[in-house]
Amino acid sequence: MEHRLIICHPLSLFPDVWLTLVFGFLIVPAVFGLPFGIHKYYMKILLSIFEWTTLQMELKAKEKNHQLYKHYTSGIIVKVPDSTLKQEIQDLRHSTGCLSLDTRFELADVFVFCRKALENIIDDDVTKRFSAQKLENWNLLTRSNHNFRCISLKLLASWFLGVLIRYGVLLPFRATVAVTGIFLFVVLSTVVGLIPCTKLRTYVSDKVHLMGYRLCVRSLTGIITYHNRENKPKNDGICVANHTTPIDGIILANDHCYSLVGQLHGGLLGLIQRAMVKSSPHIWFERAEVKDRRLVAKRLRDHVADENKHPVLIFPEGTCVNNTSVMMFRKGSFEIGCTVYPAAIKYDPRFGDAFWNSSKFGLVGYLLRMMSSWAIVCSVWYLPPMNKKEGEDATQFANRVKAAIAAQGGLVDLIWDAGLKRTKVKDTFKEEQQQLYSKILLGDHEYQNHPES
Amino acid sequence: MGSSRSSLRRVPDGQQLLQETGFSAAVLLRLHQRFQFLDKDSRGHLRSEDLEAELSENPMGDRIVGAFFQPGQETVDFPSFVRVLAHFRPTEKNRTRGGEQPEPANSRNRKLKFAFQLYDRDRDGKISRTELLQVLREMLGLQVTEEQLQSIAERAIQEADLDRDHAICFDEFRKSLEKVNIDHKMSVRFLE
Repeated sequence: MEHRLIICHPLSLFPDVWLTLVFGFLIVPAVFGLPFGIHKYYMKILLSIFEWTTLQMELKAKEKNHQLYKHYTSGIIVKVPDSTLKQEIQDLRHSTGCLSLDTRFELADVFVFCRKALENIIDDDVTKRFSAQKLENWNLLTRSNHNFRCISLKLLASWFLGVLIRYGVLLPFRATVAVTGIFLFVVLSTVVGLIPCTKLRTYVSDKVHLMGYRLCVRSLTGIITYHNRENKPKNDGICVANHTTPIDGIILANDHCYSLVGQLHGGLLGLIQRAMVKSSPHIWFERAEVKDRRLVAKRLRDHVADENKHPVLIFPEGTCVNNTSVMMFRKGSFEIGCTVYPAAIKYDPRFGDAFWNSSKFGLVGYLLRMMSSWAIVCSVWYLPPMNKKEGEDATQFANRVKAAIAAQGGLVDLIWDAGLKRTKVKDTFKEEQQQLYSKILLGDHEYQNHPES
Repeated sequence: MGSSRSSLRRVPDGQQLLQETGFSAAVLLRLHQRFQFLDKDSRGHLRSEDLEAELSENPMGDRIVGAFFQPGQETVDFPSFVRVLAHFRPTEKNRTRGGEQPEPANSRNRKLKFAFQLYDRDRDGKISRTELLQVLREMLGLQVTEEQLQSIAERAIQEADLDRDHAICFDEFRKSLEKVNIDHKMSVRFLE
C-alpha cells in the first residue's frame, strides 16, 4: 500500500537537472570513495524532529487523558539472570536445611520447573527477539507508531510531509543509485574477470567490489561508523558477525574485501553472484551441495588455506534476528580450525528499522522499506582475532566468540537457537533439562543412560 | 494512575480482577497485552497449543499448561488466565484480613494447593504412587531406568506419607514442605 512510487513531476520536466544532481552528488563521489559530509547534520536534525513529535504526542495524550502506550523494552517481570536449574535446586535444598548436597528427589522440586514455566508464559525472551525493536520516540514512520489516537493535526501534517520527502525525493534518488550501482558492478566485475594477470586482477577487482558496495550503501543512505579498524580481518581466517538483515554483508564489505558464502540463487541475485565470482573467489553452493556438511567444510578450509584469498564472511546465527540480542552460533564454521575475526554490528533503530522479518516481508518489500526510511545508521566494531583454545570444542569456542560480540555490541547473549523462529518445538532443549535434573538427582557417577546424540 | 484505570475498560472484567487478584492496573494491562500476543488468531481466548509453544524447553510444560484449564474445558479466557497467574504474586506480609474475605490467591496455602494439584491430576485429594511416577517421568524423561524411577518415588512417599495409606494427601504435602520458603520459590516478581 505504501509501495506505490510517487513519480515526481520534476523527473519528467527536468531530466538534465535530475541526472546532474544524482550523478554529481551521489554516484561519482561513491565511485571514487569521496565522503559526502552532511550526514552528521542530517542525523542531528532528524533527532530533534523526532523528539518534537513525541512531545506532541504526549501533549495530545494528556489532552485526551489517555496513557501513551509505551513499549517496555525490558519486560514485565524481574528475571534472575543466569540462574541455572542446578543453582535453583540447590537453593531449594539449602532452604529446607539439607546440609549435604543430597542427591535425592524433593516434592518441592516441582516449584522450580513451575516458576520457570510461568516466567516464560508471562514474558518470553525468545520471540521478543524476532519482532522489530520498539522505540521510545516516534520517528515519523507509521510502521513504528502505535498511538494512532494521539496524533494532532500538526503531527499529521509533519508526517505527511515526511512521507512526501521519503517517497518523493529520497526513494527515487536511492533507487537510481542502486540500479546504476548494480549495473556498473555487474559489468565491471565481468570485464575485470577477463584480465589474465592474477595480481592485477585481484587489485582491480578489489577496487570494483568496494565501489559496488559503496554505491549500495549510499543508495540506502547508510551512515556507518567503523571502530577498531586495526583489528580488520586478514587473509588467513574467517570473519563472523551477528546477523540482522541481508544488508549486513554490504555494511561489512564496504570497508574491506571479503569472500562471501552462500547458496546460488536464480534471477537477478544469481546474475549478480555469477558476475561477482568472475573477478573474485566467492564460495557459492548449488542447492544440493548445501546439505553436504563435509563438502562445505572442505571448500571453506581450502579457501582459508590460500593466503591470497580474502577472509570468508560468515553469519553463524543462520537467520536474521532483531538486533537486540545474539542467538546461538552454529558450530560448523568454528570447526575449520582457523583464526576467527569477530565483528559486532549494531543498528540505530531511530532512523529506520533494518531488521528483516522474513515472515512479514519478502526481499523486495524489505528493500523498498529500507529505501524509504530516513537512513540506516549503524556501528561496526572489529574485535581482536580469536583462536580455538586447547581442549575447547567447537561449541565452546563458538559461545566464546558469541559472548565477545554480544558484549561489544551491547546485545543480550542468548543460548537460544535462532532456528526456533521457524521450527515449533525443539525436543533437544527439553531433553537437556531432563538430563540436568537427572544428574542432580542421581549424581554424576550413577548416570547410566547415556543417550546417543 | 488515573489514566491506567480508564484504559482498563479494554480489559475484560478489569475492575473485578483488580480487586480479586491484587495486581496493579499497570501490570494487569501488560498481562492483557501479553494475552493478546499469545492469542495469535485473536480469538479472545487461549488454547493449550498457544501456551505450550512458550514452554518447549520445560519438561513439565504440558502439565503446567493443563493447570490453566478447568477440567473439561479446552479454552481459557483472560480472567481465568490472570486468576492462575495471581497465585504467583509474592505474598504480602502482615496483611490482616477480615474473616469473610476470601483467601487471596497468592497466600502460602493457595500456592501449595496449586503445586499439589500439579501432582494430583485426577483431583481426588491424594497424590498416588502412579501420579508421582508420572510427574517424575516427565521431569526425568528417558534419562533414568524404570527401577531408578520406582525407587525415587518409593522413597518420596515413605518420607511424606504419615498415615501409611501409600498416598500423600494435602496435609501431608503441606507438612513435608514446612521448611521451604514457598513465597520465594513460587513467586514471580512483577515490575510495577
